[in-house]
Amino acid sequence: MAAPATLRVVRCGGGTLHGARAVFSVDAYLLCASGDFVKMYSVATEKTLRVMGGHGDLVTGIQLNPHNHMQLYSSSLDGSIKLWDFMDGIPIKTFTVGSKLLALYALASFEDSVFVVIPKSGERDTFQLVSVKLTKAAGQDLEAKELSVVLDGVDASPKCIAFGREGEYVASVKEVNLQVYFFKRKQLNRFSVSAAKTKSGNNHFMCIACHPTEDCIATGHADGKIRLWRNFYHKKEYTFSTLHWHHDTVMDLAFSLQGSSLLSGGVESVIVLWRNESEHQRDFLPRLGSAIEYISMSPDGTLCCTLHTDNRITIINSNLRFSRSIQGLIKSTNVKTGLVVDPRTKALVLNGEPGHLQFYCLQSDQQLFSLDIVQRQYIHQAGLNQTDLVKVAFSAQGEWLATVEEREEVTDPELQLKLWFYDEETQSFKLNTRISMPHEDHITDMCFRDMDEVEDESLILVTTGSDCVFKVWVMVEDTDPEGKLCVSWSCDFVGSYHNYQATNCCFSEDGSLLAVSFEETVTVWDSVTWDLKCTFCYSPGKIRNICFGRLTCSKYLIGATDHGFLCCWNLLSCALEWSAYLNIVVLQPDPLSEHIAAISWLSKDSSLFVFKPNEPRPIYIQRNFCKEKIQLAVFVPREEPETIGSAKYLWLRRSQLFFLTATQELITLSTKSLEERLTPSSKQLAVEDSLPVTPFSLLLGKHRRHQSQEDIDLGKLVVCNKPEQDSPAVKELLHTPAHVLPSASFLCPVFINSLLISKGNTSAEEVADEVEMESEKTEDDSDEERDVTEMEQEDTSPVELLGEITCKLSKSQEKELRKLRKMDYSWISAF
Amino acid sequence: MATYKPVVVQAFPKLGERITQDTLYWRGYKTPVQIKEFGAVNKIDFSPVSPYNYAVTASSRIHIYGRYSQEPIKTFSRFKDAAYGATYRDDGNLLVAGSEEGSIRLFDVSGRAPLRQFDGHAKPVHVVGFLSDKYRIFSGADDYSSNLWDIPSATEIVSYSEHNDYVRCGCASKVNADVFITGSYDHTVKLFDARRKSSVMTIEHGHPVESVLLFPSGGLLVSAGGRYVKVWDVLKGGQLLVSLKNHHKTVTCLCLNSSGQRLLSGSLDRHVKIYSTTSYKVVHSFNYATSILSLALSPEDETIVVGMTNGVLNVKHRKPEERKVKSQKKRQPAYRTYVKGRTYMPKQEDFCVSKPVKRVLRKYDKLLKSFQSSKALDAVLEPPIRLYSPEVTVAVMQELHRRGTLRSALAGRDEKQVNLLLTFVARRVIEPRFTSVLVTVADIITDIYQPVVGQSAIVDRQFLRLQEAIGKEIDYQEELLEVLGMMDALFATFTKKRATYLEENRSNGLTETIETNMN
Repeated sequence: MAAPATLRVVRCGGGTLHGARAVFSVDAYLLCASGDFVKMYSVATEKTLRVMGGHGDLVTGIQLNPHNHMQLYSSSLDGSIKLWDFMDGIPIKTFTVGSKLLALYALASFEDSVFVVIPKSGERDTFQLVSVKLTKAAGQDLEAKELSVVLDGVDASPKCIAFGREGEYVASVKEVNLQVYFFKRKQLNRFSVSAAKTKSGNNHFMCIACHPTEDCIATGHADGKIRLWRNFYHKKEYTFSTLHWHHDTVMDLAFSLQGSSLLSGGVESVIVLWRNESEHQRDFLPRLGSAIEYISMSPDGTLCCTLHTDNRITIINSNLRFSRSIQGLIKSTNVKTGLVVDPRTKALVLNGEPGHLQFYCLQSDQQLFSLDIVQRQYIHQAGLNQTDLVKVAFSAQGEWLATVEEREEVTDPELQLKLWFYDEETQSFKLNTRISMPHEDHITDMCFRDMDEVEDESLILVTTGSDCVFKVWVMVEDTDPEGKLCVSWSCDFVGSYHNYQATNCCFSEDGSLLAVSFEETVTVWDSVTWDLKCTFCYSPGKIRNICFGRLTCSKYLIGATDHGFLCCWNLLSCALEWSAYLNIVVLQPDPLSEHIAAISWLSKDSSLFVFKPNEPRPIYIQRNFCKEKIQLAVFVPREEPETIGSAKYLWLRRSQLFFLTATQELITLSTKSLEERLTPSSKQLAVEDSLPVTPFSLLLGKHRRHQSQEDIDLGKLVVCNKPEQDSPAVKELLHTPAHVLPSASFLCPVFINSLLISKGNTSAEEVADEVEMESEKTEDDSDEERDVTEMEQEDTSPVELLGEITCKLSKSQEKELRKLRKMDYSWISAF
Repeated sequence: MATYKPVVVQAFPKLGERITQDTLYWRGYKTPVQIKEFGAVNKIDFSPVSPYNYAVTASSRIHIYGRYSQEPIKTFSRFKDAAYGATYRDDGNLLVAGSEEGSIRLFDVSGRAPLRQFDGHAKPVHVVGFLSDKYRIFSGADDYSSNLWDIPSATEIVSYSEHNDYVRCGCASKVNADVFITGSYDHTVKLFDARRKSSVMTIEHGHPVESVLLFPSGGLLVSAGGRYVKVWDVLKGGQLLVSLKNHHKTVTCLCLNSSGQRLLSGSLDRHVKIYSTTSYKVVHSFNYATSILSLALSPEDETIVVGMTNGVLNVKHRKPEERKVKSQKKRQPAYRTYVKGRTYMPKQEDFCVSKPVKRVLRKYDKLLKSFQSSKALDAVLEPPIRLYSPEVTVAVMQELHRRGTLRSALAGRDEKQVNLLLTFVARRVIEPRFTSVLVTVADIITDIYQPVVGQSAIVDRQFLRLQEAIGKEIDYQEELLEVLGMMDALFATFTKKRATYLEENRSNGLTETIETNMN
């Protein structure tokens, strides 16, 4: 494998799911726009079945092709509309429109055109709804330049336009105006609500939905009201009724299939079902986890799905029962905990839904579980100070978990330090000790003494606080008079340095030294006697990060200051070893090697430096690898060391580096090219997602494909069996229940075939030899072949004359012969 | 989808002693019965046989009390001066007592006049006892001697004058009929063997010995004197096993409980401490009104009797074992009803429909779930919650504050409710675990009801009470800080002194060596 020139930056954890409304396909798949991709989920299993990539920018709209429900239109900010065959994940056509597409609508009543929202040329922040004629010309990449403006001055949000009953009219809202355009009459009606500022906000339009069978438009407003408009054919005599339950913005509306009920959702994360458009007949499904962004109905009306702001998809039954939720990496508003790796599951641990800790599996892109830390009811309301998780630390074996939760308060913050013990029986963390107000002020950092092999007694937790002290917490074993042993944590030592705020703490690899940074100074403490050993200072600038070197470099201490210096101190000589002028924002040591990754931020973009503490020259530099500010980084140990060709990337051999950007995107660096990364997974998917396929049909299908292949490949001399095809055939044969298997005589050749060792490239002579052998065998096979054998018997030197002989054979005989030749009889030689 | 999470009521660790099996056991006594004696009670001894009467020696009398009687059953008062140390014999038929005038008298429990009188001691006899062969008596007196007497002939067998101060306590071995021990004010405990002419073993206690005790096995010896209780291993030649210093005044009496698992010690500091004899940790302690001189525990720990310096006898009886009172309940459904269908094992092809578990929410949780803040606050201001579990009230207040609806929940209340709220706040605001929340609440209440101050006398009074409570608390905190400052100063001087002291010592040592060299 040739080493690629540079490392590629790869996004993982999926992009934002809430680019557009999700779409249910007819056969119970769910399609979602996710960043630049379109993802297909199985509603039954919650699995991601397919990821369709091809757009160059954010996907803004997806719609099923109204004339072929196996096809899907998707629009993107890169100005193209793609038509997909989503069952196979193949792009059929690409229409290039040219300008940014902000929303996409497809209707059955319009044969060959779709509607998109594009920015009006020449004007900023003005958008128009246009219909695009999709040409039926052959070829994959097509230009779609036939645009006709339908509505002017529409909102950019896809929620603000809706098409009415059978595409008779289109309704659009913006701010306080509602406009309805009737296609047939070419009439445009405008309505507006008087702008009113109330306590809970203004009454701007936020979203719109049209009744599927009646002439009725539902609009959602920023003050939480829903208005139902009727009789809007007349400019004056229109009527509307109001439904009010939401206390904050109505984020999305959806009518049921028959239009008898209306679903609405908002920031409260409650889905409200309004029956018969009446104020009093309503049902609720509360506590969906986070604000509802989009609501969509399945075509058969049995399911409904909500997309949430934290990238979660919830599927709800028609009777308003929670069915299941699809969740990958949950995006919390602010990842305060940092990225932590759970030593037990190797999962990435970070803030999940409010007050929870999510364990996210990087390999399977799935959330393993969510641990409720705060254990309080979260109120979904803007402007509330609620307890949130701010710090997380794991002990080396993952047995102990320490969490800090905090509630911002005007007078003093509410703090709690919780220590959790991993319970083998229940396979989850159990609360052991809760310490309220461990520090007087915010906790800035926390770490366990990381000692792998030493027994539990050496386990120490250190917390640093803005109240100018660091505290050492130790486990205390307590015995009741009955002899029951219980363990709890209590404070052992409180250290401070000149009344400076403690900002960071870090244990050396062997646990003998503790480094605590106090504003501009790094102090090093003996972890047994808690004596101050020495101090380091590299002014000006406060210390932002510190870490100890590992393995061979354990005598070094690295620190980064906010004045843009990276310093390395030698702990033996207590002197500065080297320093570099770099604005380091993240400093992350690799737990499995000496390497330390430092990420710098220079006004525009982030750069990555990987170095060993013992030499000031970095091993690897990647400048400007990300346009966004990197907030956090973490090394995740690989399950098995990867083979990396280039010596330049050897530091990536045992661990993988993940970053979290300011916009909560999880990215990583990969040496593999895109194809390599995608192929294995898609191959697996090909087998997995074919749900209706039974093993029997697989077997049959393989057989048929085999035959057809033979027919096609007649021209080729050698058809080699692919080894990877063998094993599934055998597996299928052995794992299929006997009563569904075809007759044994039918299966036998397939089975034997699959067992045979194929010869990769048999030379022409060998083939000839085989033919000779085979022909000898066929002597008494049938009377029809008699003449052939006779001819062969006449030949004294069949090898030389082979070409001529075969020429003389009839078509059917030739076919038979080739079949025989294909068979590998080399196993006979074993006997 | 998450379910509603109930309000977390903060549990605070209970301060003070932890409840253990021991505390439960030793707390199981009724309120004490106080009996006034004529003088300081110097000895209490339980009869070893049922009905476990006990002899109390105080002043010039020996009273014998029955188990539940508050009046003495019998009195021996033929002493001219004070009587000391009345002790029962193992069979409970004889009683022996020393006296101020130096004579020892032997009584029949059923008789009145002394059966024998042993004269020989020149000074008051404070300790007498039977040896375990029942026919001999040992005694210790203020003339420094300890004697052995023969009961039938009323003659002295042997006299040991080895102590050089008053002998005030003693004890006979239950295992060997010849062995007894005496403790004296000369800081020693001596072990005597009647077959020898002198003491067998001398143990240096270090303080005047007030009480000695032998374990039933005879292997361990307990001595009390000064503030110390010391346990010695007799079989190892008097090796100190453990030294307990849990009293802050002289320990005057020792006693073992019936099982021998717990050791009790009474002291002039008014405490009785109970030690476990395996770990020698204090497992429980009793407080008394005045200094304790004597202590006894009846067989099966049924009664604890404590005698004090002011002549009060404190008797505690164990509560009877609580029996499950079977009240006549209304007829309940038959057992069959409960087990109906429970024992049915589902077959493999059965489809099980599990009943959803119904979660029971408290009333305030139900109201909070439906965002009814005012009603939730009303619910936790109901008397049972407000009075007996104020932490719930405070937790709900905190939750409301968290939701930002505390102000609206507190507002719009009438005189009665405001009064109720203020009473609660004024009473609880000084408790440290509630202070942070209740200060906010008090703040909001004063904010809201400021305009109506002066309209209602009741509310005004409550406001004044709140002010008073907070003022008191502030004063108290100031005082505490002062004390803390003083203690800090003290600690600082102490630590410094020790450091310098060590240095001085070292220098002293150095000079000494120099001096010896000079010499």
